[in-house]
Amino acid sequence: MTDGWQLNKGVNMATLKELSKRDELFSGGHRLCSGCGIPPIVRLVLRAANGPVVATTATGCLEVGTTIYPYTAWRIPWIHSAFENAAATISGIETAYKAFKKRGKIPQDKDIKFIAFGGDGGTYDIGLQALSGALERGHNFLYVCYDNGAYMNTGIQRSGATPFGAATTTSPAGDVIIGKQESRKDLTRIVVAHNISYAAQASPHNWADLSRKAEKAFKVSGPSFLNIISPCPLGWYSKPEESIEAAKIAVDTCYWVLYEVENGVLKINYKPKEKKPIAEWLKMQARFKHLLKPENKELLDKLQGNIDKEWERLLSLDGKVI
Amino acid sequence: MAITMTKGQAGLTGNSAIAYAMKQINPDVCAAYPITPSTQIVEEFSSYVADGAVDTEFITVESEHSAMSACIGASAAGARVMTATSSQGLALMWEMLYIASGMRLPIVLTNVNRALSAPINIHCDHSDSMGARDSGWIQLYSETVQEAYDNLLQAVRIAEHKDVLLPVMVCLDGFITSHAIENISLIDDAEVREFIGEYRAEHSLLDTDNPVTYGAMTLPDTYIEFKLQQSEAIARAKDVVSEIGKEFGKKFGREYGLMEKYRLDDAEVAIVILSSAAGTTKVTVDELRKAGKKVGILRPRLFRPFPFREIADALKNVKVVAVLDRVDSMNGFGGPLFNEVRSALYELEKRPKVISRVFGLGGRDYTVKDAVQVFNELVKVAETGKVEMLTKYITL
Repeated sequence: MTDGWQLNKGVNMATLKELSKRDELFSGGHRLCSGCGIPPIVRLVLRAANGPVVATTATGCLEVGTTIYPYTAWRIPWIHSAFENAAATISGIETAYKAFKKRGKIPQDKDIKFIAFGGDGGTYDIGLQALSGALERGHNFLYVCYDNGAYMNTGIQRSGATPFGAATTTSPAGDVIIGKQESRKDLTRIVVAHNISYAAQASPHNWADLSRKAEKAFKVSGPSFLNIISPCPLGWYSKPEESIEAAKIAVDTCYWVLYEVENGVLKINYKPKEKKPIAEWLKMQARFKHLLKPENKELLDKLQGNIDKEWERLLSLDGKVI
Repeated sequence: MAITMTKGQAGLTGNSAIAYAMKQINPDVCAAYPITPSTQIVEEFSSYVADGAVDTEFITVESEHSAMSACIGASAAGARVMTATSSQGLALMWEMLYIASGMRLPIVLTNVNRALSAPINIHCDHSDSMGARDSGWIQLYSETVQEAYDNLLQAVRIAEHKDVLLPVMVCLDGFITSHAIENISLIDDAEVREFIGEYRAEHSLLDTDNPVTYGAMTLPDTYIEFKLQQSEAIARAKDVVSEIGKEFGKKFGREYGLMEKYRLDDAEVAIVILSSAAGTTKVTVDELRKAGKKVGILRPRLFRPFPFREIADALKNVKVVAVLDRVDSMNGFGGPLFNEVRSALYELEKRPKVISRVFGLGGRDYTVKDAVQVFNELVKVAETGKVEMLTKYITL
């Protein structure tokens, strides 16, 4: 990796050297767990904003871990109000900005970026309505979902994003019901169905791809969306030091596909040379240990089948208007 | 909206008067969602926005929960923010009401009072706003269209007052006031602008050079101090409401206090009642007074904060009081106004007897006949010294 490495050759994007010189807007000393995927995601997204930025966060790990009064990890204006309303809250802030510009209370040449962060619980489930409303209304903001696949802040309960078969505290691997029986909700597709200009999936292991996507999202006029896989050692029962590797293998197994939909055109940003079997990813995480038992092969096959099907679907759409 | 105005007089429904006051206030941001019977406010305000009669940015949110969430975001960004709702809408906002007041955001909301489901009912009672009575919002109850209009203008000043900084809810009765046309006096736009002044938030999320964190997590070592500050602020609001009511009177000729006392000075028995039903009760009092009965009314205008000392003082010479609630607390012990009035009277050396009557739920009519019955009961209690039924539903 060199200082001059271009994140995207086609578009004029920041280099690693440039990114490294930008202000660190998210301070150290916060209380997020060791190995948590959220801090690198937030740091990369804020860095990509490259200018004045205001953020809101849904209730969850990110909010709890960064703001225990009187401390704050946020070096930008930031608000948390409730769990299900990050998109509605940012709607209000962004609208106040428009109102102030209209009345000349903010200089016309001042450009502020607006971000809403939410976990998968706050985005796929309880916050879906507010997100949909804000996307439909066309507010100029970026929504970032850090998807760790369960309600981790409350102690690992299943969410609409929890993978099929995973054990959580509300979908335990019991004697009769073995882990979550339902497949994940495809939130990125739901967001894309709002016909917004930019939506993408990213992963913190590929910081270059993530940064490029955040920069693209900020350039859009109107809503944009990033769904980012966020390893959670506590809820995945994985090793903190293997978090970034776990994110990488999620992508290499095509469990988490790096793709973007820009102005209606779908593009897969990374195609593994050799698609790894999902078991490679599962074996890093004790939440899946029951799926690797011979007697549960049927469940493992079903999960693999779901992933293969989705990968084929995305491949068939690659480069096309969807 | 074409309103007919003659020398500042206009025939307006309660909803139109509220929408007109909002137009004159010209807030930075309004986020609202339609619900009967407050829908007209949102519709008419949308027309003002569409016609360029206001500079307001209007967010047509997808729910009342998001309406209040967007109001919170906009208010934390330093904007002057307003909304309107009713019933289930206010109930859906409930979570966010506490967050608005806890963050000390001076949002102004008009609540057109309507019953809560189930069973579903679109007509007037006070279940909605009384359900939010402990949410930390200042609550003003309006008897008439004129008062609703005047209250909304004052609400902006009360909310933004530096000693208060709390959200304010202006309540008016669904259909009875919201849809009744009344000939009211409107204040000139310029005078409204001068009265409400400019709003400058002390902390704005849009001041990116001075970043602030709103809504941090607090643990047991700090939470209670935040709540104490909030509690002190809402207690201070009482004097601010009085002050602004007086100033309003001086400027525009209609003075407002914490409550209205109607023929109460020498009354032996009295009804305590909120909002439009006080009008019906006043007619009844006038009739009974003609027959020599010493009857009177106390109509609290400010319910939150609860002016307990002033209420006790107003009722201290009355022998028997009936508190009429257009809502039931479902506690087996009368409505919220009853319980708070009764509690306020406890400090008196010599206390009136107090009974609770729940009336008019779901829009059931409350007539002069009903008020006469209550007064007759009160007179009987005053004579015998015996309360037969402490709590009871009437208008059945």
